Amino acid sequence: MTAKNAIEARNVVKAFGQGDTAVRALDDVSVEIRQGEFFTLLGPSGCGKTTLLRLIAGFEMPTDGLILLDGQDITYLPPNKRPVNTVFQSYALFPHLTVAQNISFGLEMMGKPRAEIAARTEKMLALVKLEAMAGRKTSQLSGGQQQRVALARALAPQPKVLLLDEPLSALDLKLRQAMQIELKRLQQETGITFVFVTHDQEEALTMSDRIGVMSNGKLQQVGTAKEIYTTPKNRFVASFIGETNFLAAKADGTKARLASGDVVDLAVPVSGDVTLTVRPEQVRLASANEPGALPATITNLVYFGTDTHVHLALSDGTEVTARVQSPATGDAGLEKGAKAAIRFAPGAVQVVGD
Amino acid sequence: MADIHMSAAEAAQIKTSARHGWLLSLPALVVLAAAAVGPLLIVVVYSFLEAGKHGNVVGNFSTDGWRGILWTKDIFTDSYVLADAHLTIFWRSIKLSFLTTMTTFVVGFPTAWFIATRPPKARALWLFLITIPFWTNLLIRTYAINEVIRAEGLLNLALMKVGVISEPLKLIYTDIAVFVGMTYVYLPLMVLPLFAAIDRFDLRLLEAGYDLYASRWQVLRRIVLPIVKPGIIAGSILVFVPSLGAYVTPRVLGGGKQMMIGNLIELQFLAGKNWPLGAALSMTLLVVVTIALLFYVRAANGEKSHG
Ligand SMILES: Nc1ncnc2c1ncn2[C@@H]1O[C@H](COP(=O)(O)OP(=O)(O)O)[C@@H](O)[C@H]1O
Ligand SMILES: [Mg+2]
Repeated sequence: MTAKNAIEARNVVKAFGQGDTAVRALDDVSVEIRQGEFFTLLGPSGCGKTTLLRLIAGFEMPTDGLILLDGQDITYLPPNKRPVNTVFQSYALFPHLTVAQNISFGLEMMGKPRAEIAARTEKMLALVKLEAMAGRKTSQLSGGQQQRVALARALAPQPKVLLLDEPLSALDLKLRQAMQIELKRLQQETGITFVFVTHDQEEALTMSDRIGVMSNGKLQQVGTAKEIYTTPKNRFVASFIGETNFLAAKADGTKARLASGDVVDLAVPVSGDVTLTVRPEQVRLASANEPGALPATITNLVYFGTDTHVHLALSDGTEVTARVQSPATGDAGLEKGAKAAIRFAPGAVQVVGD
Repeated sequence: MADIHMSAAEAAQIKTSARHGWLLSLPALVVLAAAAVGPLLIVVVYSFLEAGKHGNVVGNFSTDGWRGILWTKDIFTDSYVLADAHLTIFWRSIKLSFLTTMTTFVVGFPTAWFIATRPPKARALWLFLITIPFWTNLLIRTYAINEVIRAEGLLNLALMKVGVISEPLKLIYTDIAVFVGMTYVYLPLMVLPLFAAIDRFDLRLLEAGYDLYASRWQVLRRIVLPIVKPGIIAGSILVFVPSLGAYVTPRVLGGGKQMMIGNLIELQFLAGKNWPLGAALSMTLLVVVTIALLFYVRAANGEKSHG
């Protein structure tokens, strides 16, 4: 893909406060968000996602670094001069205006002709399926409907980039899942670049073209859902997205010796003391005489319906979790305290940084 | 399963208590009758009686009181002539009250905004400072202004010291003095309801406005003002109504020359010894205020649906 960047952040630093009490909400963040993509900023609460979004929207100025839109420096451009709109976490709908008036607000402020405003407002109402609510005050709407008004209001001016700050966090699970699909559809239909903020990894994995994982004001890794899940760059990314096992090892080429003395194969050659990670679903239960099988003891079994989590201990006590499909009878002759053996799927063992 | 329908006995009981429910509002009705309706009726009755020689009224029906609002009896020719002095006073009252309301809003809005956007502790302090003047008697506060603006007052002395003016400005006993005095006295009545409205305003809406391409002025015009409108209406009423009936301020700062309706009414009851005219003037003031309010509130709310 050679598309231009819709948004680019270059070495962005944002500090709040001064001296000892200063908080570095963003610490040298650089990221390129491509035109027309659904980009998600994922990270735990307080990691700086909202701050990055507010810098892109223009509500804050960075302490250092640049923000570019379509290659143009917009770092110090005020928010009302940026072709960027926001869907606020609190929706921030105008309580004194109707649904239609909320949606047409941006177009009016841009000074569009009346006929165009009316036509676009109609179109947006249809897009979010709120035609019947056009004349209502926003306080008379349900949470999901308010959410859709906020979306339509931000999409109506046809921004180059749409920023969404945890827009689904106030909705219940069913509605949230429906809105995830809805959002993805809107993004594909409009072709607008979406920068979506969430702390929910599942949301990020299902919706995004690419994900930027953040922690402590730093961007840890950027990539597709698959890249981030299968080849996490560091411990934080590996543990924040999905569940995983960490194993300390001493590597030499494509072989690594675990603390238990067992030897496993690596996909990429390295050497020295390393941390290995392997996803529970890539851990298989094997028979003891299988070549390369690691002897272990079952310490616990947790039944999850379709899956069962098998907690095991290697010979030195290192804990490993395997996720296996639950058999029809509910137990596969597995039992707490029983001897077992495990194997890692080929290519599943990854080396991660700290 | 429990029966959700009420029994006949229960229904009857509810009916009975509804029938006797008005008894509970009896104290309120008594207070209303004694404090509001009663005195008002007396004023209405007095306005239709004949003036006594030494004040008070005599028991004959007469419309002289009402006629006296606009016409004066010429004692030499016994004909009625237009009471242009009254018209001047009415006009001055309306003009000054209107100006006072506008000015308290223009000054009070930024003040209320400032207070509402302070951290909670500082906010309490500012609100306290705003209400401090209420602790002092109105008359004393008004004389304090007198002290500032009179010919040898602080303002003139200061201006002359600095050399801006060579002779004292003639401020005292002018419309300007009355206007300044009323603005000062009624400012807190504008600030407090505005503060209450702005305090409830969700500041995040400002960012939503800027995000949707609105300028600062548009955000103020299209978002802030419509949402805090209940506060603006309340503040305007709280300032306009007492301004129109103001008595102490025009008396002290207008020096008896720049009279307002309140002073005119007082005149009829004391020096003028024309109680029916005083009563009729009072009723007129009441009616004018009521009609003005109705129009104002309707206009303010009507704008919203077109907004
Ligand atoms: N206006 C502000 N003043 C001071 N600190 C702030 C401000 N905004 C954010 N922070 C701090 O910056 C960090 C990142 O915040 P934020 O971007 O809101 O995180 P997230 O959206 O990922 O939860 C937090 O430690 C937060 O307390
Ligand atoms: Mg946030």
